[in-house]
Parts: sequence; C-alpha cells; structure tokens
Amino acid sequence: MSDTTPTKLLPKDEAAEKGLVNVQIDGNWIQVPRGTRMIEACKIAEKEVPHYCYHPKLSSPGNCRMCLVQMGMPPRPAPGADPVYGDDGFQEIGWMPRPVIACANTVGENMGIRTTGDLVEKTREGVMEFLLINHPLDCPICDQAGECSLQEFSVEHGRGQSRFVEDKVKKPKNVDIGPRINLDDERCIMCSRCIRFMDEVADDPVLGFSERGTHTTVTCHPDRKLDSNYGMNTVDLCPVGALTSKDFRFQMRVWFLKETPSIDVNCGTGCNTTVWTRGNKVYRVTPRRNDDVNSEWMPDSHRLSFHNTQGDDRLTDPMIKVEGKHEITDWNNALTASADALKQFESNEIAIIASARLTNEELFLTQGLAATLETSNVATVERIGEADGKLISADRNPNTNGAKLILGDSVSKLNDIKSGLQNGSIKALVVLGEDLFEAAGFTHDELAGAELIISSHTLANKTAHISDIVLPGAAFTEKRGSMVNVTGRLQKLNQAVQPLGNAHEDWELIRDLILAITGEKNDMFMIEDVLKHISTNITEFNGITFSKIGNQGLPILETGVEIPLLTKERERAEAGIIVG
Amino acid sequence: MAKVTKLQRPKLSKTDELYLVGIFKGTLVTLKHAFKSVMGKSRGADSLNSSGLGITMQYPEEKWDDHLPEYYRGAPALVTDEQDRERCVSCQLCEFICPPKAIKIVPGEIPEGDEWEKVEKRPQEFEIDMIRCIFCGLCEEVCPEQAIYLRKDYAITGTSREEMVHKKDRLYEIGGKRVGLVNKWNDLK
Repeated sequence: MSDTTPTKLLPKDEAAEKGLVNVQIDGNWIQVPRGTRMIEACKIAEKEVPHYCYHPKLSSPGNCRMCLVQMGMPPRPAPGADPVYGDDGFQEIGWMPRPVIACANTVGENMGIRTTGDLVEKTREGVMEFLLINHPLDCPICDQAGECSLQEFSVEHGRGQSRFVEDKVKKPKNVDIGPRINLDDERCIMCSRCIRFMDEVADDPVLGFSERGTHTTVTCHPDRKLDSNYGMNTVDLCPVGALTSKDFRFQMRVWFLKETPSIDVNCGTGCNTTVWTRGNKVYRVTPRRNDDVNSEWMPDSHRLSFHNTQGDDRLTDPMIKVEGKHEITDWNNALTASADALKQFESNEIAIIASARLTNEELFLTQGLAATLETSNVATVERIGEADGKLISADRNPNTNGAKLILGDSVSKLNDIKSGLQNGSIKALVVLGEDLFEAAGFTHDELAGAELIISSHTLANKTAHISDIVLPGAAFTEKRGSMVNVTGRLQKLNQAVQPLGNAHEDWELIRDLILAITGEKNDMFMIEDVLKHISTNITEFNGITFSKIGNQGLPILETGVEIPLLTKERERAEAGIIVG
Repeated sequence: MAKVTKLQRPKLSKTDELYLVGIFKGTLVTLKHAFKSVMGKSRGADSLNSSGLGITMQYPEEKWDDHLPEYYRGAPALVTDEQDRERCVSCQLCEFICPPKAIKIVPGEIPEGDEWEKVEKRPQEFEIDMIRCIFCGLCEEVCPEQAIYLRKDYAITGTSREEMVHKKDRLYEIGGKRVGLVNKWNDLK
C-alpha cells in the first residue's frame, strides 16, 4: 500500500505550475499570467475598465484615476493559523473598502476585482465630474468629437448634468505648439500620454506640465516646438481634443469617414495604417496597431504623404505624344499603340524598368510582360535614404524583398540597361511607376538613345514628359496588392478610394498591355487570380491568399532585419516598464 | 390561413341604375353652397381667410401665411444672433442626421483677428438642396448651437436645379436674425 494518497491540487498550485495566478473578476475565476496588470486581466475577462492615462505601450503613472476598481485579497491568517480554503479551493476574498487603480497594480493569487458595483460606479461618476469641471464643452467645434474618450465615458459613467456653478478656469486655446499640431489646454485632462510618448518613444522630451492644481497645463519647452517627426502620434494618443492635427483641422467630422486598413508605402518598414475616406477623397491616414511592424506609431512625413496623390499633377488619362505634344486618348488606343510600337523592335532591344514600389502582383505581371516581349532586361531602381533609428527604414522602396523574390536580382541590371542605351543595343523602354531621372539617375543624353519610351505613372513627372505613351496608374490608396517589408512580412494594401479619372490600377494596365501585345485572352480577371499565379510559381508565396495575409500580415521570409523601435519596445516590456 | 371572402358589389335597384336621384341630390347641395357663397355666408370663410366667394382661397393673391402655426415647418435656414454672429459652427450634425442627405457643409476656420476668433470654426460653404429637403425638421432638432431653424417659407421654386440649392447667403437671408437664444459664446468662453 502506498503511503502517499493522491491529494487534489489546489487551484493556486495548479496555476503556479503554469506561471499563472487565479483572479476573480466580477465573480468569475480566470487564470492570467503572474505580473499582469489588473486592467489587462479585466481585458482578458472582457470587462471594460474605462481609462485615460493608461496605454499599453507607455509607462503607467496612474494619474487620471478613471480606472479605479474594487479589489480584494484573502485576509492574512492569524499567527499560527492555516489559510482556509472553500469547497472550490479558493480562499474567501476580503474586499477593500476603498478602490484601487487597475492600470498600475498587478494581479495576485486569489485576488478579486470588481469592475461594477456601487463603489466603482460612484467612483467613476465622481472622477468624470472632476474631469468635466473645467472642460469647455465645445464639442461642436472640436475635431476629436466622435472619437473622444471623454464623450464616450461621460455618456457611460457621467452624471449628465453639471453641478458646478463657479466660473471655469480659463486656459490658452488654439495654441500653435508645433508645425503640425495644435494644442487646446482647456480640453486637456492631464493624462500625460503625450508627455510620456515624447519622452519614452520619440526620444524628444519637449512636453511637460507647468502650473499647479486646476491651473495645470501641458506646455512645450519655451525654446522648442513639438516638431519631432513622430509628433503627430500624440494626436492619436490624446484621448480628448487637446492635441489636434493641423492637417486634419476642421476638414471633416470623423463619423463621416470610412476606415480602410492598409499599409504605408514610403519605406521598407510598411507601417500598418488606416486610411480615412469620405466619398472618393482621403482625409487622413493614421497608424494601425501591429506589434511586429510599427507598434502603434508612424512617422509624420509618411502619414502626410497621401497629399502627394491629391495634387493637380495627377495623370488621369492615357496620353500619346503626337508631334512632340501629349494628346489625351482612350485606353484602347493607348494600349494598341503601345503594342504596335513595341512590335517594331527586336526583343533584345526592349528593356523594362519596373519599380520596387510596385506590389507583388504588379511585379509578377511585369515579369509576364518581359516573358511576352521575350526580353530579359528587367531592372528595378534602388532607393536608399537615411534610417532614423525608429521606424523609417533606409530602404525607401516598400517592396524591395518582393521584387527580389519575383524578379531576382534586378537592381544590378539597371547599369546594363544604361550601357545598352549608350551603345544602341537597347532602343525601347517600358517604365513602370519609376522616375528615370531623380531615382534611377539617367540623364537626357543617356535617354536620347531610346527611340520609344512607354511609361506608367500616377504623377506627371519628367519621365512622363519625355515618354511617347503615358499610361496613368493608381496611387497607393487606390489599389489592392501585397508587398513584402524589410523584415520579410507579407502585408496587403487595400483600396480605399477609386482611381482618379480614367486611371487604372497598375496590375490591370500591365495585364492589358500583355493582352494587347499577344492578342490572346488570359485568366487574370481579378487581382486574386494574379496572386494565385504567384502562389503556385514562387515557393515563398505557396498557399498565400489575400484573406490569409489578413490585416496583420504574414511572415514569409527570414531577412534578419530588426525594426529598431520594436527592439527598444521589447526591452522596455521585459523591464516591466510597459505592458507592450 | 386566413379565409378569403370575395366582396360583392352592392346590387343596384332600378331607380339607382338611372342615377337621376343621385344627380339631383348632388345638384341641390351644390346649389345650396353656391347660393350661400353669393350671399357671402360661406361656412368657415373667415377662419380660412378665403375670398368670401366660397371657401376657396384665391392663391397666389391670397396666402395662408398669416394662418401658419408657430410650429410650421417650412424651408430650413441659418440664423444670426443679436451680435450678428453666424451661429453655425459647422459641426455637421445636421448633415449627418439629414434623412434625404440634402445638406452639404464645407467647414472652415475663422481667421485670426476676426471678432469671433474664439469660436474658431464656421461654415465655409453651407448648401441645402431644396429638391431633396423633406422638411422633417431633424436639422433644427439636432443643432447644438441653435443655428438652423425651419422658417415659414414654403413656396421654394426655381427654374433650374442649381437655383433650388440654397447657398449660405440665401440661407442667412431666409433665416434672418433671431433673438433670445442661448449666448453660449459669451465673455466667459
């Protein structure tokens, strides 16, 4: 007979084996990792705890007091006494008479949290009342209206009427705090998210609190401006309308805007974004959370780059050069003219200069075009800038890795094409979305050897100017497609608006050009069909569909490249400064 | 399932089929009213502001205007207040609530140095398409600034679609000045 009878493990021991603790949230026991913040535990239990100052990517000062909840722990046993466990294996919880903040406290074994109940509701009502005491209530003119936590929580937890009869504290309004940001101090609730962001993430601590008590104001350093290239993230962070974007100021109320998840195409990082549109106009672009790419931030320069696609220099119609002047024509004419013109040349006299700014689908069709023309002269242009040690990658092409996967080493071929143009072996150029002068470094003399230039662009540029046939393409907000970023993550662009005028999505115009040359039909009717071809032809893309890529992307390559901002964030999360 | 009964038309007697009795009765009623109206004794002529010749109002020489109740919902219009301030701050709630999407607003910023600089925002363009407007009054109800009211203008006509779109100046012309409203943007703001 064995001397050890199998004793049933207590829940606390079961959890401890897995590094978890038992927490009772609103009456239900759940297990969460040891060291989890109470607010995160409540999130796991799907109980919302209203909060302003807490942000998982920033440190928790616990100064807004909005996340107050009731907490309880088992009472400490008297000396010599053993803890008493109930039938369910838990100790009885002794509830604390005063609330605690959920954002800066971590959970413990056998802890109880109440996110509802008299005490919590009264507390929230009280905190809301204090926050609204000096609030100007100018929602009708505030850009934050519609996405304002103060509005949301005052509806949910506020008392509906003000009891405050004294005069409100006047503070500076409409303060020019930086080139892209406006500050309204009256609307500020002192959550300090912006201050912490500028200090901890942007490494440019220009913001701080000045004055005391109800006169506390967020201020910028007197000799500085909030001009960091990451400054506009504070606008997204601001739970109220204190910090607002100058670019988006009074442009449109947010409730009219449609959100389209997409990615940034200004550098190899490919920050995840949300494109906000109404009708066929893009109003703003904001970062979207992706912990493997951009955390929750994006640089201002990239955020505002959508304005480039809204200028007067957009190409809206196909054009053919007649006697040195571009004349507008229709797609049929332009494509047949292109096909006829290309047929005048031997296949090795034709070169294609594609761009690593094109999507995988467009690059795949570019390869198809090269196969149709039987040329092997397909090049892409390298675009190297300066990395900023945060999110901006030195590689300013968004799809360099995709171009490598699909076209192979295409960057080195650019020089072959250059010399081919010089010695007259190459006479016709097909340029797809690339600028020959500034980016590729061609000169007018070098291009004099080209008897035919067919190019597709979104903007009128010098290359379009010297082209014989110009095919208008779509901007990044106007097309679908996939790209591979510097870390080897496959991400997708979504169409937020329709292409301008008669412009076509680039993959369509390359396909149509192939069809015009061969005179046959193929089976690529939708962009999904192109991706299907890619997935069967290129190993890394095996089994990939648009729905599998999803909004968070899919790693398909090991490049060994790290995004510096994420490395830093991971370090801070491991040090317990942030939740991450 | 519900039982279906086919309704039968009433069977007319021989006298009914002649219609003569009906016609005679009708003529009598008509003649009675004709006689009364010639005598200037039409019922309800005064209360309906009619010409007295019957109860018919001789539109457009005579109009209902004096008889419109306070709550009458005519053309929506923008108003200014005692200080001649445009009350609208282009919050676009009316544009949002408008069921037939008749309202179009382009918000704008009040430039620095303006008397009402502190209000920060006002409409740059404000258009109400009166072909679309259904006079429901939701815009007036939703307005947080007491800036848009349905006035008593009901004869909104035009010879082209463009003419039927009320621009900002036309809206202020219809709306005029409205006094006694809440002065939200007072000295304390």
